[in-house]
Amino acid sequence: MEYYLQLIINGLVVGSIYSLVALGFVIIFKATKVVNFAQGELVMVGAYVCFALTVQYQLPFLVSFFLTLVFSVILAILVERLVLRPLIGEPIISVIMVTIGLSSMLKSFVQMTWGTQIQVFPPILPQEPYMLMGLPIAPVYIAAFGLSLLLFGVFSLFFKYSSLGIAMRATAFDQQAAQSMGIGIKSIFALSWCIAAVVSSIGGIILGNINGINAQLGQLGLKVFPAVILGGLDSLLGAALGGLIIGVLENICEGAAKDLFGLGGFKEVASFVVLVIILMIKPHGLFGTKEIERV
Amino acid sequence: MSMQKCGLFYTTYGREDGLFPSRFQKICLALFFAVLLICPQFMNSYVMSIMNLILIAIIGAVSLNLLTGVCGQMSLGHGAFLGVGAYGAAVFSNMGAPFFLALLGGGAVSAMIGMIFGIPSLRLKGIYLAISTLAAQLILEYVFLHAGGLTGGANGLPVDAPEIMGYSFDTDSKIFYLILFVTVLCVLVVTNVIRSRPGRAFVAIRDYHQSAENVGVNLFAFKLQAFGLSSFLAGVAGGLWAHYTMYITPEQFSMGLSISYLAMIIIGGMGSVLGSIFGAIFITLLPEMLNLLTSSLSGVAPDLSAIIVPMKEGVFGLMLVLFLIFEPEGLVRKWRLTKAYWKLYPFAY
Repeated sequence: MEYYLQLIINGLVVGSIYSLVALGFVIIFKATKVVNFAQGELVMVGAYVCFALTVQYQLPFLVSFFLTLVFSVILAILVERLVLRPLIGEPIISVIMVTIGLSSMLKSFVQMTWGTQIQVFPPILPQEPYMLMGLPIAPVYIAAFGLSLLLFGVFSLFFKYSSLGIAMRATAFDQQAAQSMGIGIKSIFALSWCIAAVVSSIGGIILGNINGINAQLGQLGLKVFPAVILGGLDSLLGAALGGLIIGVLENICEGAAKDLFGLGGFKEVASFVVLVIILMIKPHGLFGTKEIERV
Repeated sequence: MSMQKCGLFYTTYGREDGLFPSRFQKICLALFFAVLLICPQFMNSYVMSIMNLILIAIIGAVSLNLLTGVCGQMSLGHGAFLGVGAYGAAVFSNMGAPFFLALLGGGAVSAMIGMIFGIPSLRLKGIYLAISTLAAQLILEYVFLHAGGLTGGANGLPVDAPEIMGYSFDTDSKIFYLILFVTVLCVLVVTNVIRSRPGRAFVAIRDYHQSAENVGVNLFAFKLQAFGLSSFLAGVAGGLWAHYTMYITPEQFSMGLSISYLAMIIIGGMGSVLGSIFGAIFITLLPEMLNLLTSSLSGVAPDLSAIIVPMKEGVFGLMLVLFLIFEPEGLVRKWRLTKAYWKLYPFAY
């Protein structure tokens, strides 16, 4: 039983990172209807830039943390302006493929600059584990979970009360109406990419502190799909819950598959099996907008 | 310069629908195949191995184009369907089935799996379908890796070189003829499907599914047919690949393969058979060109070999992005423009 409890806690921590990445994905999708296959690569680039600043340039962690955020904003603006904007109004497959091309480019940039071996962040938080209900939990796990919660709180408030957030929601709801009310759609698109990149980099930095970083970190971007499909493609709350649920679910499935059938590595596909089932029975997810349509 | 008439004049619809609109085109094609048939006598095995890979890629790209370009159903799992065919053909072949039977068997297994994963396409469109085929890709990859008894797991599965009536196709130049034969057959099948009733139904579904249904196209049946036929051909390509490389492992049929097939049809031209052929050639040659470039630069910058692998991926992504932004209709449009230019040369109109 304790084994499963540990799995659930691990799942919650990984899940909170999934939620962060899924949050970025949903923000982009809501505002621009772009399905971003490069989300995982944004996570990876953020993690590597922070790593380079802290370890290779010896900056204090907080400074490099903020510099990383600045870097991701610049990267996001460049990507939106140079790659995505020419494709506004093109068919879905073109937009998907352009983000796939982008992810290849980012991955190759990281591999050419930093190589493919695992890099480890210097420890920032104390290593001594806290005891929670008799289970040892590393402080970095608690920090990861807390930071994710904090970010969700901030973004919920941002979308609810700030005028920019309301403008973004308006754009997501109806682009033409938003434009006729004087909202600059293009700057909203750029802004949504910036937020997504920033949130993803934070996820990457947290992940780097937990597991270290390597060039396969971008694979994380694929895990976003089960999370957002489960939560509903255009729902922030859905992304948060979906990420947590998928994180817990895949850890439990992994443990159960190993316990019961001796199957290894089931983690990688468990969430996708769930995804197929959700697509069959409830394609708009838990909180997504139902599109009424006969196909 | 040109032996072609500046306009084409038809008296029947059948003529216009013909495979080769003019005699000039027939002659060109015959010459092209004549050159292809004698080139194994002059080329070394490196060039022949690239040609073989291109031919196999052509089958995969043409079949994906039938599904994605013609029928409008995006698939991110084509590489896995290729893998199903490869493993199927390998298993049949190792059980002692003759080459063509094993190839057909692999194709049939792949078609079955493709149709199973195509069932959601009845309800799902656009990104939902893309994501469900992505799930298919990852689930199939897991099966390749973990169904050890059948697929050999991570160790891979050895396959014998194809043998027909006691004649073994064991070198690059020998197997070239075999692959060329199958490729031409597959391309002909797709071309003919596109200009017959199912092909027109596919185009109708792609353009607008509701009007297609209104004029009597059975959406479910035709979408399943598209998935089935496309994965069947992908399976054939996979079977050829298995017999050609003589050793298959799960990594060969990863997500990256699916993406490179999608890149082929986008760079070549969606919905066009000729475009898929161009795309297959382009994407297969791209890494080889980079190899050539880095080896010729190795005197100037010796440490290039360390970054060649990530560089290939980066250039691939860059090409994809550039084509999508600047030439979304692909190489086939460039080809048409060039042809139109030379047709009337030196008079612009």
